[in-house]
Amino acid sequence: METLHLTENDTGPDAVDDVKTVRSDHENKIVIRSVDADSVITYAGSTAASLALTWLVYERFAPFSGTLGFIVVAWLVFVSIVYVSARQQWGRVAARDHFVRLCVTSAALLALIPLGSIVFSVVERGYHGLQVSFLTKTLKAASTQNKFSEGGALHSIVGSFEVVGIAMLISVPLGVMTAVFLNEIGGRLARPVRMLTDAMSAVPSIVAGLFIYAVLIQPGILDAMGFTGALALSILMLPTVTRTTEVVLRLVPGGLREASLALGGSEWNTTRQVVLPTARTGLVTAVVLGVARVVGETAPLIMTMIGAQRLNSNPFSGLQDALPLFIWNQKIHGGLEGVAQEWLWSGACVLLVIVLVLFALARLLASRAGLSRRS
Amino acid sequence: MQYIHVASVPFLDVVESSEQPIAFRTTRGRGDRVYRGFGYGAGWLTLAIMGLIGGFLFYQSLDAFRYEGFTFFTETRWITSVSGGRFGIAAVLLGTVVIAVVALVLAVPTAIGTALFITEYAPKRIRAILTSLVDLLAAVPSLIYGIWGAAVLEGQVVYVSRFLADHFGWFPPFHTTSLAGSKVPTTLTDFTASAFLAGIVVALMILPICTAVMREVFAQAPPGEKEGALALGGTRWGVIRDVVLPFGKGGIIGGAMLGLGRALGETVAVALIISRTTDVHNLLQILKTGGNSIAALIARSWTESQGIASSALMAAGLVLFTVTLIVNAGASFVVSRSRSGAATEI
Repeated sequence: METLHLTENDTGPDAVDDVKTVRSDHENKIVIRSVDADSVITYAGSTAASLALTWLVYERFAPFSGTLGFIVVAWLVFVSIVYVSARQQWGRVAARDHFVRLCVTSAALLALIPLGSIVFSVVERGYHGLQVSFLTKTLKAASTQNKFSEGGALHSIVGSFEVVGIAMLISVPLGVMTAVFLNEIGGRLARPVRMLTDAMSAVPSIVAGLFIYAVLIQPGILDAMGFTGALALSILMLPTVTRTTEVVLRLVPGGLREASLALGGSEWNTTRQVVLPTARTGLVTAVVLGVARVVGETAPLIMTMIGAQRLNSNPFSGLQDALPLFIWNQKIHGGLEGVAQEWLWSGACVLLVIVLVLFALARLLASRAGLSRRS
Repeated sequence: MQYIHVASVPFLDVVESSEQPIAFRTTRGRGDRVYRGFGYGAGWLTLAIMGLIGGFLFYQSLDAFRYEGFTFFTETRWITSVSGGRFGIAAVLLGTVVIAVVALVLAVPTAIGTALFITEYAPKRIRAILTSLVDLLAAVPSLIYGIWGAAVLEGQVVYVSRFLADHFGWFPPFHTTSLAGSKVPTTLTDFTASAFLAGIVVALMILPICTAVMREVFAQAPPGEKEGALALGGTRWGVIRDVVLPFGKGGIIGGAMLGLGRALGETVAVALIISRTTDVHNLLQILKTGGNSIAALIARSWTESQGIASSALMAAGLVLFTVTLIVNAGASFVVSRSRSGAATEI
């Protein structure tokens, strides 16, 4: 907005008259990125033509139905018509430019349509989930013969909060310490650690579950419980926290560190009293992103937590449920119809709401911390 | 990095007299030694965890390797019991790769388009919103993609699959035979729960990471060259073709490879969509009901597996871990080189 004003008024109030005369006398004002009537008519005509043609093709030839198919065919026809008519009017170079602009714009739209569809269908089918009975009851006495209001996901929600909380307690200090090591201490070890942190962020989530199972549950050291699930999640959370924190620490001005050291502060005091407090908001972002990464994870919990139908608020003993496991078990064992489907979508809706809130929170904090984007 | 070395020298002792060159020596207090110890500890722990994951998976899969021998890598069937069976990774790995390739073919062009739109076409305000929304795609849990794919998307995709099989069956990837015999299938149920559907869903899940890498590299294209091309009368497409894309080649390849690494490891969404098969011909017919993947196999059969069966799943997990590690290492290498490489040749 500001730049627009500048280009129009940059000659100042005194010169406005001059500019006007110059423009009217010698040349037309050059407008960048204008939309002229030609292209509007071309695009509108192409839209109408493609819709009509697709409708014809759909009705006539192909035994091809479904909204998705219609949109795909209509789009292909639309792009071809625009290309041909642009080539007739403006030549090959301009036609290609229009063609690419269309393709690129629709690629961006293409990425967003499914997002809308996901949010819409989950909310549409699961908005019951946001009612009190679903949030306060468990599946303890419930069976698929029950009514929707007789069961709920309280046990899963409690489990999710505890398990994610424990994972947070493990991986946040570790992740922050690793990031401090990478950014403040450094040395020869930093390179391999940074590389393996990247590699760790790409470890398939189910492998993290297998690992915890192989180390603790298979040899009989621990039984499957909330805590083992939390350990698996903390492996997935650690690289996210480390990488985000590292980016945040890099934004702390070096002058602050030097000032602290020059005043006689030790390295530890510099980190604790200068670097970390300066990066406070960014650290919170790192934590929130880490939580958002693992709150919907299902695969590692299948082997490390297994799941339960009753409320167990002690993560250190006995099986426990989590929200993703609740959805997974309804999907796998609940059957295709009836109340299990309602519970399934309600659980998904609650999970999606939690994720969306966390995401919005991370964005808000990130913009306040001066992080332009997460990495 | 360099500045930290200089600035983190708290006490400088002048050892010799001022006639001689001065030797710097660092002495740290006990607090700092502990602090550094913890830092190094955290660093080593990251290395240790990655090593332990590989080590323990290997240790737990020894039973399966001993039982099946080298045929584990060539056998296509996956029939396991507590005490044995016939199982091998070949077909499941093929299924994993097929789904990942479908996902890449769909996601990479879309990601290039989205990244170009964000860096080259979109107005500033839309740019920020679009970036957030694409990142939001990454925040949606895998599980929700799975139930959405099975309940909503499938009903739409079966029509597209049938259309492709009917009219483009001559193109090898779309070649399809019916479940019963060699006839071309026309019933919609032949196209449910396919690798194609799983591929579409995985494509959505890897789109954000591909877009993020490409966007970052495209944004670094030298503005001087871009403006030069425009000033010479080039169109926007001309600028993209001759400046942005050649500059961003490394980012495109790296982004695609990072996406590939994620696609290979996708678990729950794939497990909820495909109907697992180990028939190689079926695996290669992507439009047809079938498909398989290592992660989905583990997720779906874990709870009823014990003994050799569970060890076999550990072995499958080890293969998955190794493959994703190699792919991601390659991707990081390509991306890091493209960032520091021949950036400005003016």
